[in-house]
Amino acid sequence: MVFGAVFFVIVLATGGLDTGWTFYTPFSTTTTSRVTAAAAGAFVLGFSSIFTGINFVATVHTMRPPGMTWHRMPLFIWALYATAIIQVLATPVLGITLVLLAVERLFHIGIFDPTIGGDPILFQHFFWFYSHPAVYIMILPAMGIISELISVFSRKHIFGYTFIAYSSIAIAVFGFLVWGHHMFTSGQSILVSMIFSALTFSVSIPSAIKVFNWLATMYRGSIWLATPMCYALIFIFLFGIGGLTGLFLGALATNVHLHDTYFVVSHFHYVMFGGTLIAFLGGLHYWWPKMTGRMYSEFWGRISALLLFIAFNLTFFPQFVLGTQGMPRRYYDYEALLERNPQFEFDHQLSTIGTYLLIVAFVIMLVYLLHSLWAGRRAPANPWGAATLEWQCTSPPPHDNFASAPTVGDPYDFSHLRYDPETQGYIIDANRQPTDEAPHPDAGRAEA
Amino acid sequence: MTDHDPNLAHHFDTPAQQYAAGKLGVWVFLVSEILFFSALFCAYAVYRANHPAIFFDGHLFLDSELGAINTCILLLSSLTMAWAVHAAQLGQQRTLVACIGVTIVCAVVFLGIKTVEYSQKWEHGLVPGADFTPDMHYVQEKLDHHGHGAETSEELNARLLNLRTFFGIYFLMTGLHAFHVIAGVGVLVWLFVRAWKGAYGAHYFNPVDFVGLYWHLVDLIWIYLFPLLYLIH
Repeated sequence: MVFGAVFFVIVLATGGLDTGWTFYTPFSTTTTSRVTAAAAGAFVLGFSSIFTGINFVATVHTMRPPGMTWHRMPLFIWALYATAIIQVLATPVLGITLVLLAVERLFHIGIFDPTIGGDPILFQHFFWFYSHPAVYIMILPAMGIISELISVFSRKHIFGYTFIAYSSIAIAVFGFLVWGHHMFTSGQSILVSMIFSALTFSVSIPSAIKVFNWLATMYRGSIWLATPMCYALIFIFLFGIGGLTGLFLGALATNVHLHDTYFVVSHFHYVMFGGTLIAFLGGLHYWWPKMTGRMYSEFWGRISALLLFIAFNLTFFPQFVLGTQGMPRRYYDYEALLERNPQFEFDHQLSTIGTYLLIVAFVIMLVYLLHSLWAGRRAPANPWGAATLEWQCTSPPPHDNFASAPTVGDPYDFSHLRYDPETQGYIIDANRQPTDEAPHPDAGRAEA
Repeated sequence: MTDHDPNLAHHFDTPAQQYAAGKLGVWVFLVSEILFFSALFCAYAVYRANHPAIFFDGHLFLDSELGAINTCILLLSSLTMAWAVHAAQLGQQRTLVACIGVTIVCAVVFLGIKTVEYSQKWEHGLVPGADFTPDMHYVQEKLDHHGHGAETSEELNARLLNLRTFFGIYFLMTGLHAFHVIAGVGVLVWLFVRAWKGAYGAHYFNPVDFVGLYWHLVDLIWIYLFPLLYLIH
């Protein structure tokens, strides 16, 4: 990964890249900016993706602990497995696409050059065949984290384990069939566009299945609004909006108006930032005690999450409005655009203020997380009362993780865990009765 | 808790688990390699479906005899590689080393023949990309020789354009394949040295097995390339 990053630093230091990350031909084959170096960097980085994918597939198949059948794996692992499959199958196609781009630039082979019989749209097909599954690489692990968080912080077994597990696989499979929805305006045939549009609508179904299962898990659960749970709830809201706006883009008639506008920008920020990054933050706060052995301030954690939520919406919701009004993305001359279209200015200003608030939220987060490293309360083995195996060892874990192989049970069965106010963590109590103390610190009363 | 088996990495519980994980890992890697070549086969399919004349003309300039010899050589190398795996599993040290050695020799001969083919193309100006400046007499002579000469100079120019695209595809596909053969030779040399030093036997033959799998894939890809490029009628 370092090697690949070096290429990109070289690109930045020698004049940069002006094609956008999508490298569309024929501009990318003719521009003088550092396309070949950037393509080389991306090619090298692709190897880290492929080898990670291979590693995870082999690990999940052959190295589960004794007693962990496929249907006793945590859902986070199912999500990572589906992600690994996509990484292995999709990234090589990006690899060869970048090779073809570099070869065309260096040797003028002509595969994408229409003057000698080539086809620039072929590049788009090759590129998006990888780049659409790539976004599922980005969201699947995030959804896996949310499955863990929702269950633990509702003190309730995940609803629909099998559906959630196999929906991850379904997303991986269907994700390979929809790349053409990035190309509705490229000149491809109407028939092909219709097929891709229909498939795009169907790929939203497994994601929706997950959201409904998470909500069903929360129903009649004992909700603990610890910081990780705040992020999980934020995820459901923001990813919901992001996913639904994807449908606007997947419909052919509306896509014609929304393609290459700020609507697209806002859609993918809602799913990637509001989805992936928020879930990442939820996971960070969830596993922070396990990794570092310290607890951070819950008060500031919640403040930061709330501020992030408000700031994010302030930043990106106006961009949906801008997109529907026609504001293009990647616009070069912003001032001239505003002169001709003063109606865009207010929403841009809202968006900018939102970004300042985002910075504040992240600075607060950085401060309290760093502060926890030297002044935070020492973390117990299981502060959140989770039933997955990592909580059976100390925080942080010892060198070998487990002195002896852990006992594998149902990863979402919390009935044997009891909150211990002394250690402010959970301990395994095989004799725990339902009428014992409150299930978690936020609970007002004991379980019924 | 000591590792009495020096070949067992500490993150594995048993040698059997290590072998299973490694084998699955190599198979998944081969799948990724197939996807890597897939775009080239896809480009081939697209151009062949839309412009069959490109491929018909193009194959007239390829030496099918040399291609066939190369195919046999690679098949032989696959045989010796499989034999090497078998020898490792049975602890037949000398056979193992000999088989890996023959595999390397076959691979080098393959590359040699490819060099001969490429240099023939170079001589006549049939190089990929912008430097494609073919020797016109040679081109005309080849087309006439097979009874498909160009009637007019416009037709000849159009077919030359086709030829340029064909050779772009030809050099890309065989070039990427040759790159994988070269990488394979590097790995085989490493394997040869390790086998010579007695690192492999019935107790541990994982690397021989895994390199063998890779080599079979390299052979398989050539077996697809040869008819698609050389044997078109």
